[in-house]
Amino acid sequence: MSGRTPNQKAWWLVLPVVVLVAFNAVIPLMTVVNYSVQETFGDNQFFFEGVTWFEQILHSSRFHDALQRQLLFTAIILAIEIPLGVAIALAMPKRGAWASVCLVLMAMPLLIPWNVVGAMWNIFALPDIGLLGHSLNALGFDYNFTRQPFSAWSTLIAMDVWHWTSLVVLLAYAGLSSIPDAFYQAAKIDGASAWAVFRYIQLPKMKRVLMIAVLLRFMDSFMIYTEAIVLTGGGPGNATSLLSIDLVKIALGQFDLGPAAAMSLIYFLIILLLSWVFYAVMTRDEAH
Amino acid sequence: MEPGAMDWMAWTWQTASFFGFIAAMLVVMTVWELRAPGGNPRRGVLGIDTTRGDRLFVSLLAAAFVHLLWLAFIGMPLWPATLVSVAVAVLIFRYV
Repeated sequence: MSGRTPNQKAWWLVLPVVVLVAFNAVIPLMTVVNYSVQETFGDNQFFFEGVTWFEQILHSSRFHDALQRQLLFTAIILAIEIPLGVAIALAMPKRGAWASVCLVLMAMPLLIPWNVVGAMWNIFALPDIGLLGHSLNALGFDYNFTRQPFSAWSTLIAMDVWHWTSLVVLLAYAGLSSIPDAFYQAAKIDGASAWAVFRYIQLPKMKRVLMIAVLLRFMDSFMIYTEAIVLTGGGPGNATSLLSIDLVKIALGQFDLGPAAAMSLIYFLIILLLSWVFYAVMTRDEAH
Repeated sequence: MEPGAMDWMAWTWQTASFFGFIAAMLVVMTVWELRAPGGNPRRGVLGIDTTRGDRLFVSLLAAAFVHLLWLAFIGMPLWPATLVSVAVAVLIFRYV
């Protein structure tokens, strides 16, 4: 590299983004860091506490339980949504009017506001009047998501799968559409089986978009709040109190700003670490 | 600025020096980049492509987790965790 770029004025174009990020991310994050080492009783009076809140959160069984529930939830929905999304994308028509119909149908759940999704599933799953709850009970299943942890979990997972598998489908479908016909023709000449076509042509070509799908679904499911709070409110008991629900209970329910700030920082670091690990593992295979 | 305008951010000198350190790191990285442009990309022991900036990010993330784990399993004081973090950062800049 020799010499400098003669015109550096383009850097000014980055300024709006810098300002936006500063106000919606950096400054709030700094404030959270400040709160995490202090105690407050309101009225903008703060008392320095050091790392007490971090110690308290790290040793709190309530946090451990919420983290375990969160990891389990994310693992389950990733294990369902990614393969299911790929399977649906493979089954969708590649061209013609039906392709557009399928795409529109697939995009619909993504257009519904999150709290509406929660409310819809809440009503849908009510054991006495909801279509799902009533039908399950009529079929002889003992189903009541407001009382049984297993029912609550199943409903929560079904709702997330219903809401978000479409995103994986659309991404996988975009990946599939980018494969030139020549690849399929070559596979046909070689007499490749459907599995071989999937394994050696479609899957490698979808890898990049699937990486984005896994990352997006991982991060979003780790931060799920609205749908879950509307559907189950974290209950029954604490059965579906995922990390974000527990965090809001501490911050706004109990108004413990210090512990809540420490918990959000630990939460943030876990998301950052796991996202980085996902990204590193997936790009590493790609580099080989 | 009128006195108290920044009260809502509840600054302490400890957190201010923490962010000052991060800002200083970014300045150092910028100067380093101007001196030796390109970010020195390479593939280290983890088998992933990293530049200098990536290595700083990994070092900071590692430092955060070293401190958290220290606090969870050993407890106060925290300064040995800081020493471990510096050692980890040196290793990351050298080998990752």
